[in-house]
Amino acid sequence: MTTPRKPYPYLDLASIRARLDASRGREYWRSLEELANTEGFEELLEREFPRQAAEWNDDAAGRRQFLKVMGASLALAGLSACTRQPTETIMPYVRQPEEVIPGRPLFFATAVPNMAVAMGVLVESHLGRPTKIEGNPEHPASLGATDAMTQAAVLDLYDPDRSQTLTYLGDIRPWSSFLGAAREALGPQSATGGAGLRFLTGATTSPTLADQFHAVLQKFPKAKWHRYEPAGRHASRTAARQAFGEPLNTYYQLDKADVILSLDADFLCTGPANVRYARDFTARRRVRGQQTGMNRLYVVESTATPTGAKADHRLPLRAVDIEAFAAAIAAGIGAHGVDTSASSQMTAGPHAKWIAAVVRDLQQHRGASAVIPGEQQSPAVHLLAHAINDALGNTGKTVIHTDPLDPNPVDDFNSLRELAEDMEAGKVEMLVIVGGNPVYNAPVDFAFSQRMSKVKLRIHMGLYADETSELCQWHIPEAHFLETWSDARAYDGTVTIMQPLIMPLYFGRSVHELLAAFGDQPNQTPYEIVKAYWNRQHPGADFEDWWRKAVHDGIVPNSALAARPVTFKAASTGTSAAPAKPAPAQGLEIVFRPDPFIFDGRFANNGWLQELPRPLTTLTWDNAAFVSPRTAERLGLQNEDLVELNYRGRKVKAPVWMVPGHADESVTVHLGYGRTSAGRVGNGVGFNAYALRTSDAPSFGSGLEIVKTGSKYPLAPTQFAHMMEGRAIVISGEIDEYRKNPGFAKEKAEEPPKELTIYPGFKYEGYAWGMAIDQTACVGCNACMVACQAENNIPVVGKEQVLMRRAMHWIRVDSYYKGPVDNPETYFQPVPCMHCENAPCELVCPVQATNHSAEGLNDMVYNRCVGTRYCGNNCPYKVRRFNFFLYSDWNTPSLKLQRNPDVSVRSRGVMEKCTYCVQRINEAKIDAEKEGRPVRDGEIATACEAACPAQAIVFGNVNDPASRVAKLKAEQLNYSLLAELNTRPRTTYLAALRNPNPEIENS
Amino acid sequence: MSQIFHHSTNTLSRLSIFGGIFIVAFLVWAWAELNASTYATRAKVPVEQPVPFSHEHHVGGLGIDCRYCHTTVENSSFANIPPTKTCMNCHSQIWSTAPMLEPVRESFRTDKSIRWIRVHDLPDYVYFNHSIHVAKGVGCTTCHGQVNKMPLMWQESSLQMTWCLECHRHPERFVRPRSEVFSVTYTPPADQLELGRKLVKEYHIQSLTSCSTCHR
Repeated sequence: MTTPRKPYPYLDLASIRARLDASRGREYWRSLEELANTEGFEELLEREFPRQAAEWNDDAAGRRQFLKVMGASLALAGLSACTRQPTETIMPYVRQPEEVIPGRPLFFATAVPNMAVAMGVLVESHLGRPTKIEGNPEHPASLGATDAMTQAAVLDLYDPDRSQTLTYLGDIRPWSSFLGAAREALGPQSATGGAGLRFLTGATTSPTLADQFHAVLQKFPKAKWHRYEPAGRHASRTAARQAFGEPLNTYYQLDKADVILSLDADFLCTGPANVRYARDFTARRRVRGQQTGMNRLYVVESTATPTGAKADHRLPLRAVDIEAFAAAIAAGIGAHGVDTSASSQMTAGPHAKWIAAVVRDLQQHRGASAVIPGEQQSPAVHLLAHAINDALGNTGKTVIHTDPLDPNPVDDFNSLRELAEDMEAGKVEMLVIVGGNPVYNAPVDFAFSQRMSKVKLRIHMGLYADETSELCQWHIPEAHFLETWSDARAYDGTVTIMQPLIMPLYFGRSVHELLAAFGDQPNQTPYEIVKAYWNRQHPGADFEDWWRKAVHDGIVPNSALAARPVTFKAASTGTSAAPAKPAPAQGLEIVFRPDPFIFDGRFANNGWLQELPRPLTTLTWDNAAFVSPRTAERLGLQNEDLVELNYRGRKVKAPVWMVPGHADESVTVHLGYGRTSAGRVGNGVGFNAYALRTSDAPSFGSGLEIVKTGSKYPLAPTQFAHMMEGRAIVISGEIDEYRKNPGFAKEKAEEPPKELTIYPGFKYEGYAWGMAIDQTACVGCNACMVACQAENNIPVVGKEQVLMRRAMHWIRVDSYYKGPVDNPETYFQPVPCMHCENAPCELVCPVQATNHSAEGLNDMVYNRCVGTRYCGNNCPYKVRRFNFFLYSDWNTPSLKLQRNPDVSVRSRGVMEKCTYCVQRINEAKIDAEKEGRPVRDGEIATACEAACPAQAIVFGNVNDPASRVAKLKAEQLNYSLLAELNTRPRTTYLAALRNPNPEIENS
Repeated sequence: MSQIFHHSTNTLSRLSIFGGIFIVAFLVWAWAELNASTYATRAKVPVEQPVPFSHEHHVGGLGIDCRYCHTTVENSSFANIPPTKTCMNCHSQIWSTAPMLEPVRESFRTDKSIRWIRVHDLPDYVYFNHSIHVAKGVGCTTCHGQVNKMPLMWQESSLQMTWCLECHRHPERFVRPRSEVFSVTYTPPADQLELGRKLVKEYHIQSLTSCSTCHR
């Protein structure tokens, strides 16, 4: 297929830099392309849809053929509107379950295992079908909110590419057949005590599974349980062993922290506790009225992440240099027990002042600060972070250490290496792989797939028939977590007993059933296994009540792991702990990161996550080699250049993308792409970065060479639209500015007087729905985008259509930069429909398909819309999305199950946009009317509001002065977007505030 | 030169140009009539069902309340079609071997739902909520007609948007006391408008005519 737009024009970075330097005052910019402002970019930026986007590029036969075909079918197509509605059958239950009320959803508590660590959720179930995941307000990891991967987990349940049947060498077999074969193979194993038996799982925190493994390993004492997660907590475990003697779990209580230093940790958007950290962090940054206390965040990182975007001060450093930085901080604090010799290269360098200021700030907040090391950093950095936190007295206050969450906390790479070596030596006769995909994501130097072929009996259990199952004889379809019983621990150890919401759609089996087959009691159901385990933990007459309550609430009471009062052991030398220190950096550095949404590749077939724009870069459907603009300039690279990444003798082709704020001489690649057996959505998307990854340097390594190939590879970001053109779209300021002049935001965004219209005003008596979005709080995690997609049946359009800017997300999160290209300040702005009181879109619809409700909502009536698109043209915020083709899948039966029955599924030729979740508003109003009371503030939570971890979006009744949204709109920071157009939007924003350190700011 | 057209063409042309507007108006009127006809709306057309369930017998004759079968009408948007078990509550004891009821017994035996033909079927882009209407004093028979006199169920009203708007714009013409909502013998009193206005105030009935009330 040809690319539908012209090749990417040339970006002259030198002139961009010159332009930024010459500007005075607060100049915001949206993208490097906007700054370039050359002719070639007009097309990309000014037009909502690029020129020639309307061409039917798919049609090889050309327009004439198309017209002929359409002419022939015109007669049939036209008359379909004149027929009457066909009759439908309606089929009730045979025996209706007692609690089910058709038309009202039920909510059940369970947990989403994010790399096995639980995020407590409430899942909305319509007539026995889970359709939407919401956070569990009582769960410590969620507090009612969720992240993007959690929201998208429901789509995986209905993925038509999920493996549906148990197969042996490709032939369908029943479960009994597998049991027989397993028994047969286990016979000789029992004689040797399981010497040839190996289990390979990913991370797990399930107490029941741990118990089952314990029993199996007692039965087969020589068998081994290996554990491998490609993006696991390898560094933190290794460091914890050195620091405390055990692989303890560490988490942070950021609501108690005044100063936070992040060492390459994207703690606001990645990791099992990211939702809770985002909540706690933003709660300490909320500026309301006279309440102006804000915490302060310093971030040191190699690539641009949302956490770096929220930082008050950000320092881009190569990943390999962060250890030296941490050593310098440790030396400045006076931390004991670690080797801080590396600090000299930092304290003598250009960042010395920065480091000194950070050290002073941390010292002024002993016991109320936190240093968070990145999971993808080296163990040495973690060790230094432990030492610093200990020296600052943060342990027990903001930094909590507990027993490990994982019952088998071995080192990932050592475990897999041991297995690979055993396989090579022919020691492994029977290999059971549960849930992982080592053929795809094992380090290349392990040669896992070749060695695996030496194993006689290979059994794979997983959600999909993937790269690994292709090389195994038995493939068992795994039951999705929404289909089966299990349990898991959250980031602080709180246990959730996970209950199913639907019977397994296919012949899926739970890992508990698989392990039971190896134990003494096969043929137990997962329900029996999990319940029996908890009965042993909680024996007594009241177990049934306890069980029902635990399952109902979604938390096992008092199961959070106790804080361990450990002391930081003086490590002999810092270097002996870490793997061999990387040689002084030569050439470019390559940094491997799990993708923020596809993670390590497990969500590659999830269309929602593939199409979700990555934070900051807004790339969809691809990964790229991210470089800083300066490095790109030095190497003579432009965006979309296809280059060959040459690293340790291995080569991979990747497109280049410049990221403002990326560290120089460093290239970041995201893992999880380039899959060959992911399914229809994920196959062939992006390039496989695992092909370069070795076990000695799994996070970053030096010696990368970039070789230009001369060709281009089109990438599909969603960021090009919407130039600022000097308008006050994002208003930001520093907290001191706010203290001196609280009304500074209103001075920038001037609202025209209410009399400036010839139309008589409409009096909104009763409810007046409105929304306020706090830009200081928004962390850019994009959870709101997926939540909206799940709630409103928004389709996935695919890369070609995203290139033509037809992505269908009703809410988008724009990022705006300020400052130099090499390390700009970044601001996030979620943009749903503004629901303007003077809506430009309503005036121009020829068929009145969009008009204003009596409560201030801008209504969209899909059945009236004829597809003129005049409304989309008129909208100054460009929040209206048009269905160009029938993007929704109307055929695949399993995808129909996920759809929310309360929202129409839109056909082609119809405009759609954010409705303030009118289905939720109506439901709440109806319930309130039946009870004879007004709707309470907080009763209606729009999907985006409910999902937001930072509580940045607030919805409610503006006419109620006691409502949260009315109070926010009364804040001085409140302003409307493009207020000068007199649209009077109901969605308003609070200006973004930063809390810079005067020492650094004024230097 | 000889005339190509007969001179009656003059008259015909004048008539059709002048009458054109009337012809177009007639066609529009005919199309509108067709649209509102019982053919298009399926109103007043009894619908054949796998089991010829008679509301006349069960409601009119036996006096069974609507809610015995349509259980969720007060709680949910959807009134609910009764599960087979509801039928079997009685028909496992009465008429338990009648051939007419064999599909019901078969459904109960095999655990397969009875495939009823839907009588009141709004288009998918319309979201109607029963519970709020029932709570505000709209009787079952107001919209569904005299169900107690229907041997086979039919759709009494056209269910077109214009029909809905009639009540939404003037609820006082149709509303009845809450105690009478489920009564099949209720007839609107002579002073319906006066009573209606009183009830509109008492029940806090708003004339909701915004599009998003029903269309989402």
